[in-house]
Order: sequence, then structure tokens, then C-alpha cells
Amino acid sequence: MTLRVKALESLLVEKGLVDPAALDALVDTYENKVGPRNGAQVVARAWVDPAYKQRLLTNAPEAIAELGYLGTQGDHMVVVENTRSVHNFVVCTLCSCYPWPVLGLPPVWYKSAPYRSRSVIDPRGVLREFGLELPEDVEVRVWDSTAELRYLVLPERPAGTEELTEQELAALVTRDSMIGVAKVKSP
Amino acid sequence: MNGVHDMGGMQGMGPVEIEKDEPVFHREWEARVYALNFAARAWRKWNIDTGRHEIEQLPAADYLRMSYYEKWFARLVSLLVKTGMVTREEIESGNPAPGSPKLTPALTVEQVPAAALNRVIPSSHDPAIEPRFHVGQRVRARNINPTGHTRLPRYARGKTGYVDRDHGVHIFPDTSAHGLGEKRQHVYSVKFAARELWGDQASARDSVYIDLWDDHLERV
Repeated sequence: MTLRVKALESLLVEKGLVDPAALDALVDTYENKVGPRNGAQVVARAWVDPAYKQRLLTNAPEAIAELGYLGTQGDHMVVVENTRSVHNFVVCTLCSCYPWPVLGLPPVWYKSAPYRSRSVIDPRGVLREFGLELPEDVEVRVWDSTAELRYLVLPERPAGTEELTEQELAALVTRDSMIGVAKVKSP
Repeated sequence: MNGVHDMGGMQGMGPVEIEKDEPVFHREWEARVYALNFAARAWRKWNIDTGRHEIEQLPAADYLRMSYYEKWFARLVSLLVKTGMVTREEIESGNPAPGSPKLTPALTVEQVPAAALNRVIPSSHDPAIEPRFHVGQRVRARNINPTGHTRLPRYARGKTGYVDRDHGVHIFPDTSAHGLGEKRQHVYSVKFAARELWGDQASARDSVYIDLWDDHLERV
């Protein structure tokens, strides 16, 4: 693949269809500037600021824009909240839809056939493969991203974090907890 | 189309393989394929729906065998040729056809931050387009089997659910993918009980929320 991709890139550059410096900048953006640290900041803010959390749950695009995380694949954000009794998680059964501005590009498993096929028919089984065993009395809500809405899970704040600062809380928040396949662990 | 990409509810795909500390790109060529797709789309010769449908049209066995960015590479080559931006001969020779003009890229390095990180104007507010359904209403996903692109997954067709949220007005991919117009209409999160979709083997508490357009739904 390396040679085929190089050949296509050089053809497109020679024809003036793409700017090689723009390609470098795009790679740098998604490798270094955009990623789950952004989403973690959103979650930590929601944990410490009840008014922000309210805005996030009712108008996620605006609340996320307040922290500056804008961009393609994030215009129509929806945030769903995990609680003791409700567990949300997100899939795209048809392709690979994912909220890039807050989570970056999706991991391979998110785009894979096993995850896409079984999340909707056996959500508890899929979560078990991530090491998350949910009690029978918890309601599981699976969000299949079939349109341009992009879903972010607001995980439950773990016990024993009352004294932590917003930045310390953000450091606890994992990508998987914001997809909904994991919980945030106590420090 | 009832393609293998529409995999919700299929079994036999194996366990989910989770990689610890996964890099954003595993190989340099993957990063280049990602960026090439992004930069080529700036020419607006195709839209997001056309791009998705192009991948769906890969032969089923290839779709399952190829890695994610292999599919993106195949999609890019196919769309470049279909839209006449590049000829098959140029792809094979690796060189521009003799005498072909050198263009100015549609996406320059200066434009990258805005293209990647600015807000695109949302299309979700248009008071002129009335919703056909309201929150709380019972609806059925239509039983349609188009041979072209659709965002109504097979596992929901013919099933009954409730409108949970109205997400406003969006472009309709089922026509947009085929150059048949944007046909803007309301999109809703429709809540389907897991048992409605999968029968008694599913938990009575669980549900699946699917984003569907007016044209995917009918009154019960």
C-alpha cells in the first residue's frame, strides 16, 4: 500500500489537485491537536459546573463550542448522560460516524465488523468484552449514529473524587468512557 | 442497498479486538490516505453521502477483507476517476496526461485549520420545513429495500418505536448520495425497544435509538 499511496499522492500533487503541505497539516491536526483530551475537558467541566452540564445536555453544540472544540464531524453534537440506572453507549452500524472534534479519529475496533454488528443485538455481551459487566437492573441505551448527529457519553463521576480539581478530573476521563464502553475509574 | 456494510444485528463476526494504546494511524500511508480523502473532497465533486455509498459498493468479500484505510484508498481512486478529476491511464502510469493543466489545490495549507476546526454552518434549522412526526409519537420504520444508498438500517425496517427527539432539518442522504437533491427534512432519534427488534432474548429494559428521516417513517 505504501507505494500505491505514494504514487497517487505524487500524481495528485503534480496535477495541482492537492497541496502536500495541506496533507501534512491535516495529519498533524488529527495526530496531535484533536483527540479525546478535548472530550475529557468537556466531561470534567460538566462534573464541576452544574449550569454547564445543563447546557451540555440541552444544547451540546453550543456548550462544546464554549470550550473551543469545533470542527468537521462535530456540528450536530448530542450528549447523553450515564447514571446509576441508565447506561448509554454509541455505535455506527452503517459506517464509522464518530465525534472527531471531541474524540479525534475512531479506534480500529469502533470501525470493525464485530463491534458494529453486535452492539445493537447484544449490547451487554459487547460491553462484557470491554470488561464492563452491567447489573440486570441498569437500562442500556444504544445510540446508532445513522445520521449527522454525533454522540458523546457523559460518564458518571466516580466516587472519591470530591476533592479533585477540574484538571485532575479531566485526567481520569478515558476515550472509552466517552464512547460508553467503560466507566471512569476512581483514582 | 442491502449490503454487507449494513451489519447491525449480524452474528459471527468474532470478538471485538481491542488494542491497548492504539496510535491514531498505524502506518504512514494510512495518514496520507486520510489526508488525501479530506483534501480531495474540498473540490466538492462529491458529498459525504456519495463518499459513503462508494464504499458500500465495494464487493462484499472485499469490504470484509480490506482494512479501513484500504477502503478509503479504493473509494478515493474510484471517485477521482468517476468525476473525471483523474483518468484511469494517469492512475496506471502515475503521471499527468501530456498537456494537462496544473491546477491550484482547492485546500491549501493556510485553509487547513479552518477546514478541520471551524464550525460548519449547521443545516438543522429551517422553520419552513414542517416535521411530519412529533416527540412521543409511535412510528414504524418503513419496509424499504432500495438498491441505492439509504441510512435506514435493515434491522429496523418494519419495526415500531417512539420519536424520542426531533433533531431538526437535515439533508436526506438517500437522494443526496445519487445527485437527486438534498430533499431536506426532519431527523428524529427513534427509540426502539430491544425486544421489538430482537424478540424475547433481549433485555426488557434495553433499547436502541436510531436517527431516522421523515421519509423513513410511517404512522402506526
